[in-house]
Amino acid sequence: MNDVQTIQNQVRAAAADGTALVVQGGGSKSFCGHTVSGVPLPTGGYRGIIDYTPSELVISARAGTPLTELEAALAEQGQMLAFEPPHFGAQATLGGTIACGLSGPRRPYTGAARDFVLGVNCVNGKGDLLRFGGRVMKNVAGYDLSRLLTGSFGTLAVLLDVHLKVLPLPEQDATLLLPCAAAEAIARCNQWAGKPLPLSGACHFDNQLVIRLSGSTRGVSAAARTLGGERLDDSTLFWHHLREHTLPFFDTALPLWRLSLPPATAPLALNGEWLTDWGGAQRWLATELPADRVHTTARTAGGHATLWRGGDRDGNIFTPLPPALLALHRRLKEAFDPAGILNPGRLYSAF
Amino acid sequence: MSEQFVDLVRRQLTDRCVLYQAEDLRPYECDALSAYRQLPLAVVIPETLEQVRTTLALCKEHQVPVVARGAGTGLSGGAMPLANGIVLNMARFNRILHIDTNNRCARVQPGVTNLSISKAAEPYGLYYAPDPSSQIACSIGGNVAENAGGVHCLKYGLTTHNILGLQVITIDGELLDIGGMALDSPGYDLLALMTGSEGLLGVITEVTVRLLPRPESAQVVLAAFATVDAAAAAVTATIASGIVPAGLELLDNPAIRAVQRFIDTGYPTDAGAILLCELDGAQEDVAAQIERIDRVFRDAGCTSLAVSRDEAERQRFWAGRKAAFPAMGRLSPDYYCMDGTIPRKHLAQVLHGIEQLSHEYGLPICNVFHAGDGNLHPLILYDANRPGELERTEELGGRILELCVGVGGAITGEHGVGLEKLDQMCVQFNPAELQQFHGVKAAFDLDGLLNPGKAVPTLHRCAEFGAMHVHRGRLPHPELEHF
Repeated sequence: MNDVQTIQNQVRAAAADGTALVVQGGGSKSFCGHTVSGVPLPTGGYRGIIDYTPSELVISARAGTPLTELEAALAEQGQMLAFEPPHFGAQATLGGTIACGLSGPRRPYTGAARDFVLGVNCVNGKGDLLRFGGRVMKNVAGYDLSRLLTGSFGTLAVLLDVHLKVLPLPEQDATLLLPCAAAEAIARCNQWAGKPLPLSGACHFDNQLVIRLSGSTRGVSAAARTLGGERLDDSTLFWHHLREHTLPFFDTALPLWRLSLPPATAPLALNGEWLTDWGGAQRWLATELPADRVHTTARTAGGHATLWRGGDRDGNIFTPLPPALLALHRRLKEAFDPAGILNPGRLYSAF
Repeated sequence: MSEQFVDLVRRQLTDRCVLYQAEDLRPYECDALSAYRQLPLAVVIPETLEQVRTTLALCKEHQVPVVARGAGTGLSGGAMPLANGIVLNMARFNRILHIDTNNRCARVQPGVTNLSISKAAEPYGLYYAPDPSSQIACSIGGNVAENAGGVHCLKYGLTTHNILGLQVITIDGELLDIGGMALDSPGYDLLALMTGSEGLLGVITEVTVRLLPRPESAQVVLAAFATVDAAAAAVTATIASGIVPAGLELLDNPAIRAVQRFIDTGYPTDAGAILLCELDGAQEDVAAQIERIDRVFRDAGCTSLAVSRDEAERQRFWAGRKAAFPAMGRLSPDYYCMDGTIPRKHLAQVLHGIEQLSHEYGLPICNVFHAGDGNLHPLILYDANRPGELERTEELGGRILELCVGVGGAITGEHGVGLEKLDQMCVQFNPAELQQFHGVKAAFDLDGLLNPGKAVPTLHRCAEFGAMHVHRGRLPHPELEHF
């Protein structure tokens, strides 16, 4: 019996007797969302790159493939995962990365995990083996379920194979340091994002705006001259630490929040320590403020908040959904997983 | 019953918003796939959200199907009416509500045309990237419903990559705000699910699109190749070289000759194929990329190469590509535009396969398409007045799509399934997958009132299609391998 059949059988058996399953790749992102209690469904053994032809800009790999292995194969051919996924641990897998739908510093300029997912093979909560999308760049046959599954935290189906679009590594990167306050940094980032500049990262903390440019050597040099500031020499490490949350900012005893906002939103009146990323579209806040206050403020600003680490893990980790949307989520969950056995409650307690 | 229903709608919405006389319904009998025609019961043209909601509530109560329609430029019959249903024409939702230059997005109503968004954003140095060839006429609501693409998706993506939010009314009258101005939203990615759902899940009443900075500079390289194979190899070499052009289009010899007869753009008529490669970005970036493309194309054996020197010349190089469809119209009484996608490495092989099928059926085919993303648009030339020719054309089209699926491709890259490709959906998906699609549909629309009979075939239809196909012995892989 192969790995796929083992997974199918385990899902079918669990569906038959209503056993909750905890889908587990490398476990590096198990802190995201609510904790699920149930029988582990390991996917780490289902691993390996299936197909990679660099000239196609597509890589297909099994869900259990370590992210490091995938990235090394791409780097060898001068390519990359352009959504710059955080690993949050050496054991991070492709499946977990896509299931959590997380993206790194490059996200506002090149796209999110879901933008690079071309197709998936998966097993739904009934144990059916399903294939959506494919290895081609454009595909509008049927509903876009591979993107729906991206970021669904394994609550709809168990990912097996993932087809991703990849991009060439930029010829040149440059990182610039520009001292300024948060409000000014956010204003500048959004002004620059409206100009044809090769931005690939924009982060602010400690009264310092850090800008990354990526592209052709000539293009990056020209843009660096336009923007000014001080060049940071060994910048790869900085962006790595930002992506992996290993900057000193993230080493906090306070609850850590992620706020996703319209990028030009002025700094919010919530007390705590702030780090702005994605040119203002993603902000990290270490604070002891009550969860409701953070959720409400983010929603009022046109965005949403997630209790990333710490705090009350049984409370509202994700911004509560309005009733009509919540009902729709439950019906979608039912359509994929009628017995409600896949990561139940990981996203919202209602499903 | 049907007359009574129309009366009811007229009473609730005023006559200004309802068309019901045969001569008024005629313009709605088809979309741009004019081979399929059907008059609806009535056409409702709402002006307010409340009217949309009222219409949907009446349809729900009386179990009358609803086909939402944008500009009717769709190429797969997605907006074709149903005899017992109404068409919900969103044309009067035609306002650009807000352009937010700081957040680089625009909130627009679904009836706004694709091109007018870019025009409105132009004073701010911004634009909306997806540019389907019908952009002067097609509506953004329709673009979302079909996940429309265009010439520049290779670099800038499809509609799904370029919208941030939607307001949708469900058949149950719920107003849903999906996404917004932030880059993501809590819960499932319903924005992705709605995009390309062909009007089966909800009625789009507002769209928030992402605006991008206008590139500082754009130039086109026009290169000729002796054969389609050489041009296809150059496409692969381009991508392998680490360049992602803004657009990379291929015209084969029959297409070049058809275009040149229509408009003189200086395309070499003796070439086996030409490539149009657009590079955009900061001036310095474009210059660097053009040097590399020049090398790649010459190494791939191009027989001639020209780089646009100014904007006028860039427009001239593109004029031929843009005139391709009207040019076919002059060449042949009718043409049928297909829309398969394949992994780029199979380009040459599939183009040869198409050529063989063209001979087999005795129907000429021109190829003009988005080579960079492997999105084929074979144009089958035919004459609908000749008995049986439309049917043969459809069969030929079906076989081309099966050829695409056979090499790991898809039956539609950007035109949608609609009514046209229902049978090919049976080739692309197995019963469990189709069942999952139906399950998703039921989560939104339990009674199946929104655009029923489109996009996803019933299992019954596929069973019949499969039986017929295997009997003819034509399907290359009757049961596609899934793992």
